[in-house]
Amino acid sequence: MRTIIKYVLLDLLKNKTIIVYTIILAALSVSVLSMGSNATKGLLSLLNITLLFVPIISILFSTIYFFNSIEFTELLLAQPIKRKTMLLASYTGVAFALGIAYIIGIGVPVCIFSYGPAALTLIISGLFLSLIFSALALLIFVLFKDKTKGIGAAIIIALFFTLLFDGLLLSFIYSFSDYPIEKPLLGMISLNPVDLGRILVLLQLDVAVMMGYSGALFKKFLGSATGSIYVFACMMFWIVIPLFLSVRKFRKKDL
Amino acid sequence: MISIEHLTKSYGKFKALDDISLNFERGQTISLLGPNGSGKTTLIKSILGLVIPEQGIIRINGTEIKTQFAYRSQIGYMPQIGRYPDNMTVGQVINMLKEIRKDCKQYDEELIHGLGIPGFLNKTMRSLSGGTRQKVSACLAFLFSPDIFILDEPTAGLDPVSSEFLKDKIAKERANGKLILITSHVLSDVEDITSHIVYLQDGHLMFYKTVEELRQQTGEEKLNKVIASIMQKEMPKTIYAQ
Repeated sequence: MRTIIKYVLLDLLKNKTIIVYTIILAALSVSVLSMGSNATKGLLSLLNITLLFVPIISILFSTIYFFNSIEFTELLLAQPIKRKTMLLASYTGVAFALGIAYIIGIGVPVCIFSYGPAALTLIISGLFLSLIFSALALLIFVLFKDKTKGIGAAIIIALFFTLLFDGLLLSFIYSFSDYPIEKPLLGMISLNPVDLGRILVLLQLDVAVMMGYSGALFKKFLGSATGSIYVFACMMFWIVIPLFLSVRKFRKKDL
Repeated sequence: MISIEHLTKSYGKFKALDDISLNFERGQTISLLGPNGSGKTTLIKSILGLVIPEQGIIRINGTEIKTQFAYRSQIGYMPQIGRYPDNMTVGQVINMLKEIRKDCKQYDEELIHGLGIPGFLNKTMRSLSGGTRQKVSACLAFLFSPDIFILDEPTAGLDPVSSEFLKDKIAKERANGKLILITSHVLSDVEDITSHIVYLQDGHLMFYKTVEELRQQTGEEKLNKVIASIMQKEMPKTIYAQ
């Protein structure tokens, strides 16, 4: 398993898309952080960049990578290797590469310019998003036989979580505004890893007060130790469940 | 060495393999022939465990291969299309396979030298031509001196010199008592090395005979004439019915 991870990483760290992705993230974070006088503002802009770009790039890049390496996967599976090992090793390689790109592109500049708990939370949620969306890409790869359909599904999933989900949530809040919906809302947010990441960082930035009564409730629950553990557990589930389903489905997949 | 019983595989309504039973032994070179879409690659992939059949049993040296994976250490596989990670060099690919197969200490590097691979070791896979990639695939299949070789269109895309070299190597391995399975469309390429012919059509096994039997039966000498004559005489219905 370690051998496969090592060589997948060797290949990906020379990959042009990964290099360009890192450079763009780095350019964005350096320019945003060095321009503003207010550190919170800079981090907020970076948060928005992270929440918008990381999911869609992670899922698209990983899906395309998995589909493109299908012949090599076949060749390796003709060796005495378990299917599970092969699948998880190539996932780890891709997730690692995307994680490294994020750490170099956003993590390092943020640590240099405005190091603090909020910066750390931003890095952790960005890393989680990279891992979660590449896990979803793996699931797409296992479920679809056709590359084009797979890429379509990847785009839909990324748009759903970054844009559509919040719209649905807003309409839910609007139509039930007369009822105490804070608690169900908390549950619903757990269904979207992008929102989980957003809330985690916002709470550290002390802008939660601007979110009104719901913000206060979120702060009370999610700001506590149990709350943070809950959010991390949710994000872990978002990695583990797609991986588990992929491994199960891959056992029976015809290559 | 490989025994296949009642193997059936379908993709939706399309039956890629329909109740195939075959028995391959040591020292045989078997050519899998048949038109496109006749189930040759599906058969090969079922043996490798890449395709999961719905029915039937495949045994290699007596053990059923279901959900097993260790048996693949006895097989050298050369795929029809060799695509490798773009930024890996030829040397890295070879080293990667060697590291995966830690159980094997003796490497058969005759093809690596014979096909001139050392000259490409530092080139990335992306920059190689289709034929050179095919050479890398061939080297990997022979590297761990397995007992069974499964070669999917091995000579397609190779230049005549390399193709001859590969054929000599195949003949040599067969003389060492290895089992070799080849699919090919180029009959003249398998002519001198093959001992048995399996003919598949629409997932059905049409025949499995030695080349000698077929020559006597048809009275033809050249393999492509033999096959052509059988296709016309024996199976006019299946050929023209569709």
